[in-house]
Amino acid sequence: MKRTLFFIFLFFFSVLARAELTVEITQGVDKPTPVAVVPFAFSGVQALPEDVAKVINDDLYRSGMFKLMPRENMLSFPSDRSSLYFRDWRISGSDFIVIGRIKEIEGQLSVAFELYDILKEEQILREEGIKANRTNLRAVGHYISDKVFEALTGVRGAFSTHIVYVTAKQLAPSKHSYRLMYADSDGHNAREILNSNEPIMSPAWSQDGTKLAYVSFESGRPAVYIQYLATGKREKVQSFRGLNGAPSWSPDGRQLALVLSKDGNPEIYVLDLQQRRLTRITHHFGIDTEPSWSPDGQSLIFTSDRGGQPQIYSIYLPTRDVTRLTFEGQYNARGRLTQDGRFLAMVHQSNGSFHIAVQDLRTGRVDLLTETFMDESPTIAPNGSIILYATQEGVRGVLSAVSLDGRVKFRLPSSDGDVREPAWSPFQ
Amino acid sequence: MRAMNIGKATALALTVVWAAGCSTTNTTDTDTMGSDTAPATTTQAVSDSSMSGTTMADVKNLATVFYFDFDQTQVKPEAVAALRGHAKYLADNPSASVVLEGHADERGTREYNMALGERRAQAIARVLTVNGVSSSQIELVSFGEEKPVVMGHNESSWAQNRRVELKY
Repeated sequence: MKRTLFFIFLFFFSVLARAELTVEITQGVDKPTPVAVVPFAFSGVQALPEDVAKVINDDLYRSGMFKLMPRENMLSFPSDRSSLYFRDWRISGSDFIVIGRIKEIEGQLSVAFELYDILKEEQILREEGIKANRTNLRAVGHYISDKVFEALTGVRGAFSTHIVYVTAKQLAPSKHSYRLMYADSDGHNAREILNSNEPIMSPAWSQDGTKLAYVSFESGRPAVYIQYLATGKREKVQSFRGLNGAPSWSPDGRQLALVLSKDGNPEIYVLDLQQRRLTRITHHFGIDTEPSWSPDGQSLIFTSDRGGQPQIYSIYLPTRDVTRLTFEGQYNARGRLTQDGRFLAMVHQSNGSFHIAVQDLRTGRVDLLTETFMDESPTIAPNGSIILYATQEGVRGVLSAVSLDGRVKFRLPSSDGDVREPAWSPFQ
Repeated sequence: MRAMNIGKATALALTVVWAAGCSTTNTTDTDTMGSDTAPATTTQAVSDSSMSGTTMADVKNLATVFYFDFDQTQVKPEAVAALRGHAKYLADNPSASVVLEGHADERGTREYNMALGERRAQAIARVLTVNGVSSSQIELVSFGEEKPVVMGHNESSWAQNRRVELKY
């Protein structure tokens, strides 16, 4: 995992980027930009275990902003400028093209790619000498996707980020296996980072992407733990009587908001991680739970039934002023804000079923994004493009995703078991 | 603490209802208690608890799972008789303790359901404490929707999952 996190910083030595061209993404965009990602040429003996161009192709496709040219429609597979004939690609309808090549020298791989504007016949990006090996080619693909995505949209790519999620499997009538999994943002390379015979809940990333907080019942009752991803080292940070749940890291990483019922009722607290000082934030006899920080660290949004049904509220920490955010429908819960603070993703009940909705906090407009069944646990990609969430297919939980504008929907492959509670990492 | 007061009032009211039922017939509690345990409980209710010495044998046939309506935390009337039996045992045996595990069905968010599970366990705990059990004998643990007994997306499954399990 460390290798995946740090290879970008370790292995890059030649970057040439002229990213002055950006595509303006507006509300009304309904035509995805046509892009061709040509299979990368490979000069080596043994075939590579991963198709880097396919990784890039699939990443761009999943973003929903691009229309990818099928390989079988490509008349040629250029791998450098000299074999690239803009006119042919223009006729085939592509606006942009990604080409690349991989060399193998003494077991080391070296990857190069170029991005061209076909209409202007101009190079947008070129990077050479991306060092790789046979085990991290997917990460190289995601890295290139991030560069291409940012060059074409002006939005930072999040393909190199990671997700965690929980799986549950029944081993015997009264024996279950719960696992906390860590994977690439496209669901590949899943690795177990914790397993238990008791439930694991509510994984949450620290803002620097190095730690997770979660709830584990391994002691027979819920307690909040922090786990360091690089070492696997973990510590129990909170285990009062009653609820210890819903951890959420502050943007500066110094505080953990959580829910405790040690005073008899679920309330939101903030734990200062250095001084281990606990501050109670809410005071209400209703249920207050599911805190999540605003990007500026000044407010917490949370779910409360203080108005009779669960709705999402915001509490401004300096003054403790509480504002109700959601008004549409009988049940709105587990809110998460986009990094720009403008959109609120949440679980919304309508006509008896639970779906993911997004509310524009500027206009108040609420859009239902999903039509799947029992949708919950929305988590937003750090660039605000995609919401990942958990849903049910039959009696099995799976992860699904939807773009913030609702146009793109896709499922994430899951090997087995019941999958739930995804959490998308910050940029790493 | 409005919710707690309502719960307490409900528990008291239900206890009264149950007591009234007992004075007429011992088969009022049809689904949870055998006809052989009900009279024993009635006898103990009027005797000195320090002398009666209720034992585990007296509670082993009592219901230990108590069900709730959707999004509700009120103890159902049919649960009270068994809970009185458990309360009697715990009051007679101050060194005994009990864990109340609160559960929710899958509908709604997971952490909110953790709170709901705890509320249900608290409601059961109130029936016990109103009937003489010390709160120090009771531990509440909510599992939210994490430990369903039945998988399935229908009301009959959900109804079985909305529960509090009483465990000695």
